[in-house]
Amino acid sequence: MSLDDKLSNVSQSTDMERGILIRKYKNIFLKSLVIFLTVVVTLPLLLVLFYIFKRGISAISWSFLMNLPKPVGETGGGIFNALIGSAIIIGIAAVIAIPFGVSIGVYLSEFRKTKLAYWTLLSVDVLQGIPSIVIGIVIYLWIVKTMGSFSALSGSIALTLMMLPSIIKSTEETLKLIPDTLKEASLSLGVPYYRTILKVILPAGISGILSGVILGIARIAGETAPLLFTAFGNPFTNTNILKPMASLPLVIFNYAISPYDEWHELAWGAAFILIVFILLLNTLTKLAEKKWKVQF
Amino acid sequence: MQLTGTKQIRKLQFGEIFFRNGLALSALALGIILLAIFITILVASIPSIKAIGISFFYGKTWNPVENDFGGLPFLIGTLITSLLALIISIPFSIAVGLFLGEYFTKGFLSVFFKNIIELLAAIPSVIYGFVGMFVLVPFVRDLETSLNVPPYGVGIFTASIILSIMVIPYSVSLIRQVIMLVPSSYKEAAYSLGATRYEVIKNVILPYTRSGIFAGILLSLGRALGETMAVTMLIGNSQIIPKSIFAPSNTMASVIANEFTEATGDVYLSALVEMGLFLFVVTTIINVIGRQIIKRFSIN
Repeated sequence: MSLDDKLSNVSQSTDMERGILIRKYKNIFLKSLVIFLTVVVTLPLLLVLFYIFKRGISAISWSFLMNLPKPVGETGGGIFNALIGSAIIIGIAAVIAIPFGVSIGVYLSEFRKTKLAYWTLLSVDVLQGIPSIVIGIVIYLWIVKTMGSFSALSGSIALTLMMLPSIIKSTEETLKLIPDTLKEASLSLGVPYYRTILKVILPAGISGILSGVILGIARIAGETAPLLFTAFGNPFTNTNILKPMASLPLVIFNYAISPYDEWHELAWGAAFILIVFILLLNTLTKLAEKKWKVQF
Repeated sequence: MQLTGTKQIRKLQFGEIFFRNGLALSALALGIILLAIFITILVASIPSIKAIGISFFYGKTWNPVENDFGGLPFLIGTLITSLLALIISIPFSIAVGLFLGEYFTKGFLSVFFKNIIELLAAIPSVIYGFVGMFVLVPFVRDLETSLNVPPYGVGIFTASIILSIMVIPYSVSLIRQVIMLVPSSYKEAAYSLGATRYEVIKNVILPYTRSGIFAGILLSLGRALGETMAVTMLIGNSQIIPKSIFAPSNTMASVIANEFTEATGDVYLSALVEMGLFLFVVTTIINVIGRQIIKRFSIN
């Protein structure tokens, strides 16, 4: 081998080494970029939680929970009306949505191949995608306009529509996982079909259904847009569901856009309570999933 | 004995039929409700469609007092706000999708960041708007002062930033799913040829999941177009066509939220409903196309 050959060999191998090095660096660069961007995404969450907790905790007191909002200029009002209102509006929505949603979910998982199931599944997807403000318009036209007054009931029905997709989807997806042998065993013992569903299949899938329901409640607890033209809000405590009613998200919105510092204080407090409630529900979902996990 | 037996069976059969039909009926009811929603807003939009016609889409002035109902400023406001939000969110969505779907599919980090993304989706729109008003708006105002543009603080830019945070969870969950669907044999083949992870992602994962990622971004566009509360609180509510991305503007959803309860006169209310109809139709089309792409992708 001549010297020239040797030299060209050396330069070739360094070329190759450099190529490998560049590929390695690119590899490391992409991984760092992915990790960096992922960490950046968590910042807004931390910021939101930080500000809500920092400003919210100082606003919370016993009188804040038990009093009505005071007029501008007076300090020390509360949000009792909104707490009661939210509980009533969400409660009614859940009572309507749970049986309706679960039975649709059962239908979808039991009669998967039918034409009706195909169209229903499509309807669920479409319903999930409808902007919440449009739901508000529709319920306004259906109920508020015909009954002649804003009402808590109309708010509940709007929230029912918002909540249905999550219940239907979780029911359907959980029941799909339950093996057919379980159903066949029950049927072969002579248990009627409806009892098989109610006493065997649904209890087996309770964790998924429950977590869907809780997530649905967490979702509608903060919904504001569909309540703007339905429940409308009310500065007083009201338990008549045919009259306008206050709710936490409406209170946050109305006080946040007001120019008064006392009202901003109320909004921070209300936001704190709403966030704590939603975080609690999310944790509950996780626990429900862990405790009654579908295992086959 | 025999008689009570048949009676019982008949009772059972009745319960059986009742139960099955009940299930089918509830499924049917959902479709009917959806159809009723569409027909309701279509019918309620007719006065406006008749009175305004096609100028609803190109009319530049929105002045309900003078019966001018030109929706162009809001159409532009909606499009710019949503597109800007998408542009901001896309790099983050793909990065988090890769993080959860490729780099860290199991273990503490994966669970931790998955929960973070779920919580981002769980925070209500009104809270994003509220915190945005008191944290982001002053920051943007400082930025605008240093850039020598009118320091409104509120406007398209502010609304888009918050909107981008709000849509990230939706695209991430889909992008993560499609990335996890890439057959491991493809990836292993590339690794066995000596490819680095960067090359596997660039030459195998991203080309394979292109349509799925597109669908994820499309679905988050559907979200962004209809998002109401946070945008209403941060966009500044101006009725004129925005001159820059820092200018205050209005989206269709925020106009509805602001003016619906105060709308006097049939045409005014109907014009707002027509905006809702437009939002409904556009988001439904986007949703159906997006879901169809995802469905085809998962079957492959």
